[in-house]
Amino acid sequence: MRAVLLRLAGALPTLCGVVVVTFLLTRVLPGDTATYFAGPTASAESIAQIKASLGLDRPLPEQFWRYGVALVHGDLGMSLTTGQPVRAEIIARLPASAELTLCALILAIGIAVPLGVAAAVRQGSWIDHICRVVATAGVSLPVFFTGLLLVYVFYFRLGWMPAPLGRLDAFATPPHAVTGFFLIDALLARDLVTARAALAQIVLPATTLALFALAPIARITRASMLAVLGSEFIRTARASGLSGPTVVVTYALRNALLPVVTVLGMVFSFLLGANVLVEKVFAWPGIGSYAVEALIASDFAPVQGFVLTMAVLYVLLNLGIDLLNRAIDPRARRGA
Amino acid sequence: MQRRTFVKTAASAALAAPAIRPAAAQPAPTRNETLILVQEYGPNSMDMQGIGASQPSNGVSLNCYDTLLRFKRVPYAEGIMTHDLKDYEPGLATSWQIASDGMSCTFKLRDDATFHSNRPVTAKDVKWSMDRAVSIGGFATTQMAAGSLEKPEQFVAVDDKTFRIDFVRRDKLTMPDLGVTIPFVIDSETAIANSGGDPWAKDYLKNNVAGSGAFKVESWKPGTETIYVRNDAWKCGPLPQLRRVIARDIPSPSTRRALIERGDADMSYGLPPKDFKDLAEAGKIRVAAVPVPNAIWYVALNSANPPFNDVRLRQAIAWAIPYEKIMTAALFGRGVPMFGGPEKVGKIGWPVPSPYSTNIEKAKAMVAAVTGGTEIATTLVFDAGSATIAEPMAVLVQESLAQIGIKVEINKIPGANFRGELNKKTAPMVINRFGGWLDWPDYFFFWNYHGRNSIFNVASYQNKAMDALIDGARFAPDAASYEQQVRGFLQMGMDEIPMIPICQPFHDVAMQKYMSGYTYWPCREPDFRFLVKSA
Repeated sequence: MRAVLLRLAGALPTLCGVVVVTFLLTRVLPGDTATYFAGPTASAESIAQIKASLGLDRPLPEQFWRYGVALVHGDLGMSLTTGQPVRAEIIARLPASAELTLCALILAIGIAVPLGVAAAVRQGSWIDHICRVVATAGVSLPVFFTGLLLVYVFYFRLGWMPAPLGRLDAFATPPHAVTGFFLIDALLARDLVTARAALAQIVLPATTLALFALAPIARITRASMLAVLGSEFIRTARASGLSGPTVVVTYALRNALLPVVTVLGMVFSFLLGANVLVEKVFAWPGIGSYAVEALIASDFAPVQGFVLTMAVLYVLLNLGIDLLNRAIDPRARRGA
Repeated sequence: MQRRTFVKTAASAALAAPAIRPAAAQPAPTRNETLILVQEYGPNSMDMQGIGASQPSNGVSLNCYDTLLRFKRVPYAEGIMTHDLKDYEPGLATSWQIASDGMSCTFKLRDDATFHSNRPVTAKDVKWSMDRAVSIGGFATTQMAAGSLEKPEQFVAVDDKTFRIDFVRRDKLTMPDLGVTIPFVIDSETAIANSGGDPWAKDYLKNNVAGSGAFKVESWKPGTETIYVRNDAWKCGPLPQLRRVIARDIPSPSTRRALIERGDADMSYGLPPKDFKDLAEAGKIRVAAVPVPNAIWYVALNSANPPFNDVRLRQAIAWAIPYEKIMTAALFGRGVPMFGGPEKVGKIGWPVPSPYSTNIEKAKAMVAAVTGGTEIATTLVFDAGSATIAEPMAVLVQESLAQIGIKVEINKIPGANFRGELNKKTAPMVINRFGGWLDWPDYFFFWNYHGRNSIFNVASYQNKAMDALIDGARFAPDAASYEQQVRGFLQMGMDEIPMIPICQPFHDVAMQKYMSGYTYWPCREPDFRFLVKSA
């Protein structure tokens, strides 16, 4: 417990740094918020008026102070593009991205880990080649391309999948929000129809993302398994006459999982922010597309809110990974 | 009209019959009464008068609010209607009368119109809304001023149902300016009660609709979805066939196209021109193509600074633009060509074709006469937001100008910076598009060629003779002098050529064949009131 608190305290300077850097970056970047929002027929006075109402005419330190004070009160500011408070929007959109990313990650793990293990155990066999091809294809195909391809084949041509209209069909009503994850909320409400509809909507985008996440996980599983399988304790285990599956699953895999878990953490946080293109193709109301739209419009508050949220998530995620590593690896426990 | 009479008769019949029991609750809207619209992005505000409202906010104004009068709808093509800016039909006002001195107009308001809050619509609400539009600043105030609607003192609530506008000057744009999506009538009591002290209730109206219009907003998730439901108590027109409209924001154009082609969407807004061309040619989907009145794609040349302050260079470039190539490779034919016209301006109007066409040899000789063979280096800027069309256009212009000794560097500017760039007035060459809501040639020239140097005068063109012609046309006393002035500035614009017209773009909307009643309005947003779905 103490270790957890220490870790969290250690993250504070990082977060402060993020706050300062995003604040400065959004101010330094070219783009004039006031001119943009003043509209096409704006006069110089109306631009100045907007500047004043946004507080952009004040000196930078004062702007930063106001931002910091608001932040302490949990206020992330207002988005100008959507006209809504940033906090509410992030709270509404984060579950959409998280649900999609988690589904994709589970799918990717379900395929990549067995594939990587099999490739390592039968090195040089056909399954190893498949692993290599899948990994290369997954990384080299851009996500928007795979996304559009899947839409074209499974929705447009075959008609197996529902219209890519976002998280739910236009006629369905979202389940009562508990977790914000439609799949879980619908099941909690025992609403199987909505759960099915939500599942059908998430299949294609999750597959697209999973294809992308597959590669690093499969490669790292394979490499790590190879290293472990070549080590002395495995040779000893085999020499002691333990069965093949026992050696691979109980001894080798458990030890090989450490780097895999670390990579999983990275892949998750990367996907969460980087699935913008998938969100665009599937009209998924997630946090990535929100941040990008805001950036294009020079809308500072959502960009800052997004970066800060991601930083907090990253810190929490890393903490979670460390804890998981301790559970897997007894050596990590001894240190604390 | 027939339908309205029918509704009236039916209503009076219902009143005459003894009411035995209250009407049963209406069944939920069927799929046939529900429209699925897919668009790139939805409104960022429910208040079109508010500062920073985005283009789709016009749709909220159109469908959820009423104006005093509406432009008359006129048939354009199968299943498509357009409008006449000079002919009006009743909105909240049932009749209006311009005073004999021509300096005011008195409106009689509909007796039975109510806001969504059930409050009756009064002249006081109309006055408050007009006062708000001319005082709130930003686009709304500019648009009102375009029709000489400038200050609150002009608006008078004579009694509950009579409203008067006093004119500051005779301006032919005053009446048409009352039909656009800015002077909509707001439920002033509801707005003020929820304003939290703000005299114009900006925050409240940004997030809430307080109107009398044909639709109410049932749910609004910015960036995701807007759901409209019919207001069954709407009085300003026949009750719409659609009872529910689901407008989804689908950012990817490929997805929007797939949705309309598969039949999962009834209507799709904003596809790239190539998709509209494909859909129109395939013939399964109706593409409502209306040339945007008053609008052109153009190349502007900075006439205030070297090198293009030399009119000979501007003319040379006008002869070197690869017009035909642009029409096929950038616009995919989705526009009306505005080049290769007669040398002397013939038809009065805007846009009209320029006398220029592609003639590289002629252009080369003209440039050489000015520069004596030394190469000119310049920059061409455009808005990254319109890159689908502007980027191929820029590349074609670059290739073509290289042949006449002008080296062009292309600079694509993100949307947030583009207006800032235009405001600097330094960009030597700009590709852009402009169209005024009020379709008069003098209106276009006032914004784009007048020495007031508005942001739209991208070429920073300054010419006293031009200003005199534009001002003369704006307030011309009679048709003959108007025509003379317009002919004058059109010809001067073509000779001086600070802006090179390329084409008048189409406004394209893709919809299923079973949709009818689509109406094109100046704001270009879909009007759900007259749309009929009969799948």
